[in-house]
Amino acid sequence: MKYKLTILLSVLVQFYSFATTYEVGHNKPFKSIKSALKNVKNGDSLLVYEGVYKEGNIVINKEIKLIGKNYPVLDGQKKFEILSVKSANTLICGFRVQHSGYATLDDPGAIKVYDSHNVTIRDNILDDNFFGIYLQYCRNCIVKNNQIQAYGIEEQQIGNGIHCWKSDSLQIIANKISGHRDGIYFEFVTNSIIWRNISTGNIRYGLHFMFSNNDSYITNVFKNNGAGVSVMFTKNVKMINNTFEENWGDAAYGLFLKEISDSYIFGNHFIKNTSAIHMEGTSRIKVERNVFESNGWGMKIQASCMDNEVTANNFIGNTFDISTNGSLVLNTFNGNYWDKYEGYDLDRNHIGDVPYHPLSLFSVIVENNPPAMLLFRSFMVSLLDKSEKMIPSLTPDNFVDNTPLMHSLGL
Amino acid sequence: MNRIGKFIVLDILKNKIILVYTLILAVLSWGVFSLEDNSTKGLLTLLNVVLLTVPLVSVIFSTIYIYNSSEFIELLLSQPIRRSKIWLSLFFGLSISLLLAFLIGAGIPILVYAPLDIGGMMLLVGIFITVVFVAIAFLSSIATRDKAKGIGIAILLWMFFALLFDGLILFMSFQFADYPIEKIMVVVTAFNPIDLARILILLHLDVSAMMGYTGAIFKDFFGNQVGIIAAFTILLLWVAVPFIISLRKFRRKDL
Amino acid sequence: MIEINNLSKHFSKLKVLNNVSLSCNQGECIALIGPNGCGKTTLIKCILGMVIPTEGTIKYKDILIEDTYEYRKYIGYMPQIGRYPDNMSIGQILDMIKEIRKTDMQLDDDLFYQFQLKDILFKKMRTLSGGTTQKVSATLAFLFNPEVLILDEPTAGLDPLASEILKEKIIAEKKKGKLILITSHLLSELDDLVTQIIFMQDGNVKFHKTVDELKTSTGEEKISKAIAHILKNNN
Repeated sequence: MKYKLTILLSVLVQFYSFATTYEVGHNKPFKSIKSALKNVKNGDSLLVYEGVYKEGNIVINKEIKLIGKNYPVLDGQKKFEILSVKSANTLICGFRVQHSGYATLDDPGAIKVYDSHNVTIRDNILDDNFFGIYLQYCRNCIVKNNQIQAYGIEEQQIGNGIHCWKSDSLQIIANKISGHRDGIYFEFVTNSIIWRNISTGNIRYGLHFMFSNNDSYITNVFKNNGAGVSVMFTKNVKMINNTFEENWGDAAYGLFLKEISDSYIFGNHFIKNTSAIHMEGTSRIKVERNVFESNGWGMKIQASCMDNEVTANNFIGNTFDISTNGSLVLNTFNGNYWDKYEGYDLDRNHIGDVPYHPLSLFSVIVENNPPAMLLFRSFMVSLLDKSEKMIPSLTPDNFVDNTPLMHSLGL
Repeated sequence: MNRIGKFIVLDILKNKIILVYTLILAVLSWGVFSLEDNSTKGLLTLLNVVLLTVPLVSVIFSTIYIYNSSEFIELLLSQPIRRSKIWLSLFFGLSISLLLAFLIGAGIPILVYAPLDIGGMMLLVGIFITVVFVAIAFLSSIATRDKAKGIGIAILLWMFFALLFDGLILFMSFQFADYPIEKIMVVVTAFNPIDLARILILLHLDVSAMMGYTGAIFKDFFGNQVGIIAAFTILLLWVAVPFIISLRKFRRKDL
Repeated sequence: MIEINNLSKHFSKLKVLNNVSLSCNQGECIALIGPNGCGKTTLIKCILGMVIPTEGTIKYKDILIEDTYEYRKYIGYMPQIGRYPDNMSIGQILDMIKEIRKTDMQLDDDLFYQFQLKDILFKKMRTLSGGTTQKVSATLAFLFNPEVLILDEPTAGLDPLASEILKEKIIAEKKKGKLILITSHLLSELDDLVTQIIFMQDGNVKFHKTVDELKTSTGEEKISKAIAHILKNNN
């Protein structure tokens, strides 16, 4: 509340001198938003009262504040892009935007921002749209506290919840997204932050992230998305304190990393994913103080990865902690807690005296020959694994944590 | 329960081996659950108990008991009792006694410590495995008059199902790695009750891994209601078929 | 009462019974005799349904025995070597059989008392001597007042006293008009018991005659002598 007041105050102070407020509603001076828009000039506010507005495509090309009272409904009747923002310094808040047009050619969105800066979109409810919020060529924009839901069934027939393209310095904060193709989509977006969003039940990725350098995403929840979260072709990403949960399925990952470098994965929780982290061609990534719990695979590190550091994580109750497809090991493991570790600690320094080989023979077998998964936990396989642990012959012997912890870290 | 069955159950329950079996199961189960800090690890140990110890004890104990009952069977045969009734009573007697041992020994700690879905599945599977291997014992003991041979057959069958079969499948999966053999493998598992049991538990225990790649195919097959019903029907067949074959042979057997 | 028609039994290649046809009727006391391995016990087991014949039929009171098990209610069987569950006591065995049969019939426990089994009821079967085991077998065979008694070497292993008790009992039952089938090697014992002789050899019935016929045809007074006479003449 206080926060909102400050914004309102600063806005008032800044524009008080020449700003006018127009009211739209069925018993107000303006009956439609479009008619009001004709009269506004930069800096004006448009207060829209409760009601259903089916006005086709509404284009905003003045620097205004478009504010909804009690969630007036903007309905696109499944034909139109609903709000097209083409001006800078614009605020859109408090609307219920629904039923945008569906088309695969020009990507209509509920709220689409074109080549702009300082646009804020907050506290809206977006329901059953093709794209939710679409930003292209934008700078310094804020997307905050929006609830975005759709009911997509097939990947091709639905757009993304928050789609950002060729933009810079965006803040995507505290949105809830579900039922879209990708919850949040970043391509060529730099210096931006994704914070406190909850992205669940999207058809493809909870977060889809490509060619977007120098970004952070912090304290988000990605749960039960078709393929989890994908971060590709990017450097310098910070992934901190996120939760990746129940991303289940063939080719589903808690976090899929491809061609990533110089990034930092810290304090995240990976719980009940088919593969918690899948790494391909990643280098110089630090994976630190994360929790991997009850996943099918804790980390799948392909042989194309190098110079990654896996330090001080908890691996608990995963079917396989680590798996790889090659014999080359260019990554280091240090000071992790592995619940499958069976060593001892004679000097009582809480670090196991025997190095731990997190790669089980069977995980290597399954990697090469997936149907063998059927035999998991059979006596035959346990026997193979045990004998391999004693005399490693097929698994690379430098795939090792030399300082495994005796007790789990409090994470 | 019929009167003969009651005599058999009472007789078996007095048997020291069955008491030791119960005790070992109990010590193992309570032990693994109270030693390990998460119940999953305890369940893993118990999984091996259910997949190895339970079938081994069931099949060997039953085989020996059937051979040792030859006098009893002979005595009953001169009485006005249908042959199939004798054989069925023996089957139910053995099954009930071994199930009691399993449920008291392993069942109680599983119910106390394990999550209900995994624990329940494990109990159900343990029950089926017990009865399946009692049925297999009937088959192996009717196959030959020689007690030593019969026990040998029982142990071989156990080894085949518990060890060799998986080795063969592993070998096959490598031989045909270039082909889409997932579905065939699902079918092949139906030919081994232990594998079937293991996969049913696996789908609960390693649910995350089972969601991936091949797992998904197994999950699709065994994970839904139809699949689970199919799996248990097959397990039921594994009880019925060996027993019925043994029953047919027993009806024609000279004593 | 018991009709046996063209009965054959082969154990793989070994022909134990070869086309045996016999007829046994109420009131008869028949001795089934012959050298070791001639098929006596197999024949008895066939009648009891313990051995399944390869060919031929057995009827009990005109009912094929392969169709029914009820007829065994009317047969008391005393095996050559009684085999009982080791860890059951005499009392438990008797109780169990009684419970399984659950008959309302008046039980015949003469032998039970005469053999003084009451004093050793608690003894486990495995601790019993062969003779005592035979006593239990005999008791069981007579217990339910059966119409037919099949006794396989009844006196083997019994002490003279017990043997005498059993013989008395058999005679008593015979007087009640029951069909009694006895196999024995001790031909001398059969003299005052049997009315008919079935002589078997190599799975065949050599002859089936009444004792009187036998004695007149051979001119011998004793059964043992008569048999010996026949065997000599045959060879």
